Amino acid sequence: MSYLLNSSEILQTIQMINQQHLDVRTITMGISLLDCADTDMDACCRKIYDKICRCAGNLVKTGCDIENEFGIPIVNKRISVTPVALVAASCAAADYSPIARALDRAAKETGVNFIGGFSALAQKGFTGSDLRLIHSLPEALSSTDLVCASVNVGSTRAGINMDAVALMGKIIKETSERGYMGCAKLVVFANAVEDNPFMAGAFHGVGEPETVINVGVSGPGVVAHALKECKGQSFDVVAETIKRTAFKITRMGELVAREASRRLGVPFGVVDLSLAPTPAIGDSVAEILEIMGLERCGGHGTTAALALLNDAVKKGGIMASSHVGGLSGAFIPVSEDAGMIASAREGTLCIDKLEAMTCVCSVGLDMIAVPGDTDADTISAVIADEAAIGMVNNKTTAVRIIPVKGKTVGESVDFGGLLGSAPIMPLHRGGASEFIARGGRIPAPLHSLRN
Amino acid sequence: MKAIVSVFAKDSKGIIAYITALLAEKEINVLDISQTLLQEYFAMIMLVDLTDCGLSFTELSGFLEQKGRERGLDVHIQRQDIFDAMHKV
Repeated sequence: MSYLLNSSEILQTIQMINQQHLDVRTITMGISLLDCADTDMDACCRKIYDKICRCAGNLVKTGCDIENEFGIPIVNKRISVTPVALVAASCAAADYSPIARALDRAAKETGVNFIGGFSALAQKGFTGSDLRLIHSLPEALSSTDLVCASVNVGSTRAGINMDAVALMGKIIKETSERGYMGCAKLVVFANAVEDNPFMAGAFHGVGEPETVINVGVSGPGVVAHALKECKGQSFDVVAETIKRTAFKITRMGELVAREASRRLGVPFGVVDLSLAPTPAIGDSVAEILEIMGLERCGGHGTTAALALLNDAVKKGGIMASSHVGGLSGAFIPVSEDAGMIASAREGTLCIDKLEAMTCVCSVGLDMIAVPGDTDADTISAVIADEAAIGMVNNKTTAVRIIPVKGKTVGESVDFGGLLGSAPIMPLHRGGASEFIARGGRIPAPLHSLRN
Repeated sequence: MKAIVSVFAKDSKGIIAYITALLAEKEINVLDISQTLLQEYFAMIMLVDLTDCGLSFTELSGFLEQKGRERGLDVHIQRQDIFDAMHKV
């Protein structure tokens, strides 16, 4: 009998974990709450709490066991639920924040890091329930710690609901008045996906099974390390190196996902092939772009570098997993990436360049702190631009923008932990009020004559 | 179940003897072993079979890490599957 012990491969994996921040970013359990609907708010909250605790009772322990046995850090264990606007539609209550608090209690009871799904899908128009949920957001987000919320305001099929865009500007502003952390837990989407394991935008879509396990991998540090070995070589070599690295990372994620699914007796959904940075040095997407040869992330060339990275990550990962989904690609959350923080602080990375980068990255304008006196219409206009990019390019885009009360350009804000810290970035001021006030819908784009 | 034991430390006499004695004490069979020096650091990788080991994986992992620390060794045990998944198609 022969045993193949390839010590260089084993050492490579150990180095990836110990020195290059390789980790599984999240195991997220999706739970359908459709059977928790009730006309009585208290009963609805009770059903939601009970179901989450019943389904996810072993999630954290299982995650920790896998972490221990495989020696791979699993940074977050999370839960996503059916968009609450659907679950609560028959509740006779105007304020949905009691549901957010029930979700928060369930998250704390099960020991997860975050729970997502305080959400509404309003890309074509509002139901009464969508509106009640959206108006509950400031209270829901300020009275909970672990609840994440999202609102989908546009899609390639439906166009952009500009009434929702206008409303979300006001809601973000109102939420920020109660503390900036609320806005760090609120995402406005176009083309939101139903199986995303990453926060703050995770929710459990209606096409999903009763419960499901989705896993989000990460590993910017591993890609950066691999690229340092091919200094001066052509983009063909760069793309190939990223693909090979993404393949290994994804195989690890697939193994963890399968193992978690088997132990919990919950179907495996998808592996989300994402490069998700953290504020730690050496775990930065900006650093990868700079290793490709850019002096600073945000300078000219950044969009091209990011386009290559985003595509190569998907190409490398797709063969490594039987089911790929979620947001898959490279994230560019400003406050969560040491390289982006540095570029934004010195002014190289500005909002306009970030917007261009969102055309080719996996999501959108993420974790961007702006002056506290930014008006609601300007925030709505930022959302409209981002939703238009998503709608026309048939991709998911999002806005997680954080007006920080009492602060202005030049100052910075600390979110703590994985959310990092961000310099307050300047926006172009005013000038969009008449545009936002129009309301109605921007029609869906043409699907032929694409140029 | 098969697992990989990795040991990192400043090179000194008796590291292999110390680790293999711990493994023998817990009825763990060593299937293969490879060691290398990275500068002055000693790196050892062992493939082991846990079939006869009475401890749970978590207990064993805690035991090895603790015993390693007592001698200034960085000892970890991980299931072999993770390395196979990442490096074999």
